[in-house]
Amino acid sequence: MLAKRIIPCLDIKNGKTVKGINFENITDVGDPVELGSLYAQMGADELVFLDITATNEKRKTFSELVTRIAKHINIPFTVGGGISTVEDVSVLLDCGADKISVNTSAVRNPQLIYDLANNFGSQCVVLAIDTKFIDGEWYVFLNGGRIPTDIKTVEWAKQAVELGAGEILLTSMNNDGTKDGFALDITRAVSESVNVPVIASGGAGTMEHFIDVFKEGKADAALAASIFHYKEIGIPELKRFLKERGIEVRI
Amino acid sequence: MKVVIIKYNAGNVRSVLFALERIGVDAIVTDDHDEIRKADKVIFPGVGEASSAMKYLKERGLDKLILSLKQPVLGICLGMQLMCSRSEESNTNTECLGIFEQEVKKFPDNQSFKVPQIGWNNICGLKSGLFKDIPENSYMYFVHGYYVGNGEGTIAKTNYILDYSSALNKDNFYAVQFHPEKSGETGQKILENFIKM
Repeated sequence: MLAKRIIPCLDIKNGKTVKGINFENITDVGDPVELGSLYAQMGADELVFLDITATNEKRKTFSELVTRIAKHINIPFTVGGGISTVEDVSVLLDCGADKISVNTSAVRNPQLIYDLANNFGSQCVVLAIDTKFIDGEWYVFLNGGRIPTDIKTVEWAKQAVELGAGEILLTSMNNDGTKDGFALDITRAVSESVNVPVIASGGAGTMEHFIDVFKEGKADAALAASIFHYKEIGIPELKRFLKERGIEVRI
Repeated sequence: MKVVIIKYNAGNVRSVLFALERIGVDAIVTDDHDEIRKADKVIFPGVGEASSAMKYLKERGLDKLILSLKQPVLGICLGMQLMCSRSEESNTNTECLGIFEQEVKKFPDNQSFKVPQIGWNNICGLKSGLFKDIPENSYMYFVHGYYVGNGEGTIAKTNYILDYSSALNKDNFYAVQFHPEKSGETGQKILENFIKM
């Protein structure tokens, strides 16, 4: 049976992991490769590396990092942050990335999704959506959640999948950082309106939240950062907890 | 030991190359017929679309070359599908290499399942040395929208919407639908088993 996926997300700045992370077993907590390898050993199903510098002059640092990740890590990984052209993606895939994620650039230019799917296949095109609930409706936000749009989230997800997006990474800004749980209603709404996997993100605080997002939110995968980085929840214990409660996971 | 990865227009050879590096194998990526013929092991990877990949292989005579190989050959993902008789991918009826008799079909529509299948699923009914020391129901990483049915050459099965072949073997030809290069330690072990054949 296809397993629900647990995906730690690592924010990268100038080739280093950003969030203060306390792990004893690794020598350099700032090294994305060491941290990623550790998560892979612990049972993470995939990894996401988000380049939050993503300025042109730093892009080379990031692509070098992607090559190092691909050399050392034996599970699939997605890279994102500041990707806006077919050429950007070509470079990252050549470095060994399995998938790339696009967000703002795809809203500004939806044709990009089509071009990426056409050139490299839908399987490597992840559409990231930052969404916020305002006056009874979920809207798409851009530039890391700083710029509002009047685009409705479900409509955008459907359009993107028609254009060729192979997966949706949905982050609820209302929930992100709260540790009060994932946004179950919008996750479910998106998951039920597209025929590609939906990765839920934002709000994970307890192990029960993962049960909720898989059962009620109908998510195919769940992404989290700080609860893993700060060891509030260990991936092995999370997976055992999910399995005991009837959620199919890879152990 | 000389290991060759066949170079063609269906990408992601880098991941396979790196995975082999991790088990201490230096492989080369080439479409040169002599190099491929002289190799001890040949890997036929692939991520992409069947009809354009077959067209590319035919233009370079790689289709006939692959069929003539006597050393162990491992097809991965699209590589496996191209080793079957035909593929209905992209509404074509593409004639493939025909090493395995099965046809490649699109997963049937089903409300409860998303297509393509993306993620970790179990392999069971394991046969052949390729799966030496691999436990039944191990999880492997899959990304595919088309499947190969069960048949004589089936050496591993997986269930998604229906039961299908997740690995095939006939003579020196082996093929896996999943990505061993991305399937953690277990995938690594399968690659090692292949290299030791």
